[in-house]
Amino acid sequence: MKRQNANSRRRFNRRVAVLGTGKLALMALLGSRLYYLQVVEAPRYRVLADENRINLNLLAPPRGRILDRFGIELARNRQNYRLVIVPEQARETVAVLDSLTNFIPLKAGERQRILSEIARRRPFVPITVREHLSWWEVAEIEVNAPYLPGISIDEGRLRQYPQAASLAHVLGYVAAVASEELTGDPLLELPNFRIGKNGVEKFHDLSLRGRAGSQQVEVNAHGRIIRELSRSEGNPGADVQLTLDQGLQTFATDRLAAESAAAVVLDVADGAVLTLASTPSFDPNLFNQGLTHQQWRELVDNPRAPLINKTISGQYPPGSTFKLAVAVAALESGVLGAGYNVYCPGHMELGNRRFHCWKRGGHGRLGMVEALAQSCDVYFYDIALKVGIKRIAETAHKLGLGNRLSIDLPSEADGLIPTPAWKLANWGSKWHQGETLNTGIGQGFVLTTPLQLAVMCARIANGGLAIAPRLTQAVRKSDGDDLTPPPSPPPKLDIPARALAIVREGMSSVVNHRRGTAYAARIENEAWAMAGKTGTSQVRRISKAERDAGITRNEDRPWKHRDHALFVGFAPLHAPRYACAVVVEHGGGGSTVAAPMVRDILAEAQRRDSAREPLTPPAVAAADDRKA
Amino acid sequence: MALAGDGGGGGLKTPQTSLASRLLGLNWALVLLVTMLAAIGFAMLVSAANGSFEPWAWRQAVRFAVGLCVAIVVALIDLRFWLRWAYLFYGGALLLLLAVEIIGTTGMGAQRWIDFELFNLQPSEVMKVALVLALARYFHSRRPEEMRRPMVLAMPLALIGLPAGLVLQQPDLGTAIMLLLAAGTLLVLAGVHWWMLGALVALTAAAAPIAWQFLHDYQRRRLLIFLDPENDPLGAGYHILQSKIALGSGGLFGKGYLAGTQSHLSFLPERHTDFIFTMLAEETGLVGGAVLLLLYGIVFVYGVAIALGSQNQFGRLLAYGMTTTMFLYVFINVAMVTGLVPVVGVPLPLISFGGTATVTVMVAIGLILCVHANRDLAIGRHGEEG
Repeated sequence: MKRQNANSRRRFNRRVAVLGTGKLALMALLGSRLYYLQVVEAPRYRVLADENRINLNLLAPPRGRILDRFGIELARNRQNYRLVIVPEQARETVAVLDSLTNFIPLKAGERQRILSEIARRRPFVPITVREHLSWWEVAEIEVNAPYLPGISIDEGRLRQYPQAASLAHVLGYVAAVASEELTGDPLLELPNFRIGKNGVEKFHDLSLRGRAGSQQVEVNAHGRIIRELSRSEGNPGADVQLTLDQGLQTFATDRLAAESAAAVVLDVADGAVLTLASTPSFDPNLFNQGLTHQQWRELVDNPRAPLINKTISGQYPPGSTFKLAVAVAALESGVLGAGYNVYCPGHMELGNRRFHCWKRGGHGRLGMVEALAQSCDVYFYDIALKVGIKRIAETAHKLGLGNRLSIDLPSEADGLIPTPAWKLANWGSKWHQGETLNTGIGQGFVLTTPLQLAVMCARIANGGLAIAPRLTQAVRKSDGDDLTPPPSPPPKLDIPARALAIVREGMSSVVNHRRGTAYAARIENEAWAMAGKTGTSQVRRISKAERDAGITRNEDRPWKHRDHALFVGFAPLHAPRYACAVVVEHGGGGSTVAAPMVRDILAEAQRRDSAREPLTPPAVAAADDRKA
Repeated sequence: MALAGDGGGGGLKTPQTSLASRLLGLNWALVLLVTMLAAIGFAMLVSAANGSFEPWAWRQAVRFAVGLCVAIVVALIDLRFWLRWAYLFYGGALLLLLAVEIIGTTGMGAQRWIDFELFNLQPSEVMKVALVLALARYFHSRRPEEMRRPMVLAMPLALIGLPAGLVLQQPDLGTAIMLLLAAGTLLVLAGVHWWMLGALVALTAAAAPIAWQFLHDYQRRRLLIFLDPENDPLGAGYHILQSKIALGSGGLFGKGYLAGTQSHLSFLPERHTDFIFTMLAEETGLVGGAVLLLLYGIVFVYGVAIALGSQNQFGRLLAYGMTTTMFLYVFINVAMVTGLVPVVGVPLPLISFGGTATVTVMVAIGLILCVHANRDLAIGRHGEEG
């Protein structure tokens, strides 16, 4: 028994030695594993641990303001008071929402959305109950805060356009970033970030946007922020000051009223754009708060195209306003002298075709000034043939027609000045002399934008300075840096001053001579007197059948087929400072519809005389205005 | 190996010694070591609760106190009592395992508990002790000539196979592996011939593919992901990856008590139970982890020394078997959280929050203490005094 025990004990001891060694080896394995993880690989895991717990949050900078030439805010940031609920703090979310209803009525659908969002999100994520609270509602909530656990007011920023519709086309609007607009700038990926979608907001988007700040926070595994580790403030966006005169802009918009029309006012000395009005318009503030589908359809389906900025994107046959360019071309080419005159019998024969003057009985014999004043078509058929289409096109381009003028806005249209080469390339056919005649009175292929017409008028008025339209007065960063490119003095066009003087005399007669087409629309105040040119452009050729049936009157035709009414003018007559162009789509006659509008706008421009007022540098961006 | 306690020669021990002198004769050094480990556990549970005794540290302290009393009671009972009743305990444990199949509560996708009114009983934990008792009793009673016959293994294989199979059914892979490894250790120590052991290992290896068929999908996935945990950082590999990040970022000296970012920002899962070692090593670094492993190492050395010092085969097998069970807990848990073995859900004894494992380990300690108290007792093949 004893011996047996001793035997098994010896064997036991031997085997314990073997197993014990094995266990020791396993413990050593654990130790070396710890050494490997905690010493050898420690740097790598330290980085991974920090990546786990540290989140980098971008802080969106406030967007720069847009101001008019006198520092009036055209676009600003308003506090957007949002009512949010944090379910975790509210605990009894349904009861809290019930007591909230005493102050802010919630619709059933709204309530449903909030409750389903609460169910979906983690309990510490704030859920938006209502946006755009009024100041009164904010006060009421804050006073009753003790009875509303988990409810708080969150301040966001909302782009606001105080002038609403009158500047919608110039300023554009901001909206959420579309996926194809992502450039890799992390700012664009922030959930509530807005970028400029049109107008100045789009053109100057990068300056207005500013530079993002950042914030390092420690988060737990569920994404809850535990504490802030560091923060660096970014730079607010730069303020953009425009050359626009907000007062004149509003006046012009109101004057265009219900028409589908465009008005441009330029400073003829430097091309500064004082007014750029397009009607009908829309309220850009709606875009910010989200348009309903119906509102959107109404804007898109409206035949008067409220979303289009007609001043730069609308292209119209210039009609008789183009006679200014033909007159300049004739005079500068030297083909005919100032005393050249033509007899108008009411029509002109070319080949076997008859080209009518707008006056059936004819004007009789007239020279350049009378021809402009009475807008005689036959006179301009005649000189267009003599000058030739190439020289007309050359001069039209010099005056700013048919090419983009590089105004600081997106989606500017080209316009079109036809030439034989253009026709061959685009239509594949030869140029006919009859087309030169049509071009001579601004019909046929010719297309211009209201802005181009205003520029042409300004270049004639200022004696041949090739001013270019500009809308941006200054771009100033919040730290005082001025990003404005230095203005360059406009070059002189190689057009003889004499030629322009004769054309200006013609323009004066249009308005101030009792036989002029716009005599009824003259400015009677001598000091403010204007000069100009009417235009009535056919949208559609009047058919022989209609002519025979006597349907030539505008009012008898459907809106879409009526003529465009145009007028370009400048004032004051003897020291021109303001040039204005108005186009009224399907508005009827240039002299009866467009000329009075230009008269009123130019009178107002001179009354304000804002071009001569010193510019007001923008005030330092005020902390967003609570009273707004 | 010098041990605490008296070293009196091999005379007969009378069971009538007074309770006080028997209490004094316990191996208090081992008790102290165990208490130190438990104290470290409380400190970590306080940290896991962000510096609060609620909800874990306080409850764990109560459990440890109860466990300590159980251990001392177990230690004071005559070793022959455990020998005589070993099979009965085993039978009881097996019945409980069967019962859990029928009325068990499902937790974490596996049937593991029986819900008594006052506490949840995990029969697989009871079996860890009962199997070692039964095997120790069986081999204690075998004559040397019996050990040469292969048939001697028939009974142990049945003793091992039944509970292991039942536990795998639950399925509780960790416990099944622990049962197999502890039992295997006893077979080695009992003097089973190497060639028989070799055959057994070969047989088990051959059975492994069959066992794979019985594994649940989540267990298979855990085994597969173990091979490359970083391939699946948000799925099942997330636990291991986050644990390794916590350990690695702890570095040599750790981030400081209560300052483990991985643990306190909830990146580390189960920081108060299976992954508590990770939190300890994140906050106290390699130094703290090594100290803890060293303390465990000393406990194991005590257990082995007590086994070696026992005059009877039952005591030797029992003490070594219980030490092995504790070792397996520690090794599997630490190897798991350091990414050496798959996540199988084995707690760290005396440190992790959890009642059943604490009680199991304290019963094991009690039995080791009991072997030590009865080290000079000669016991006959069937429990009579020898």
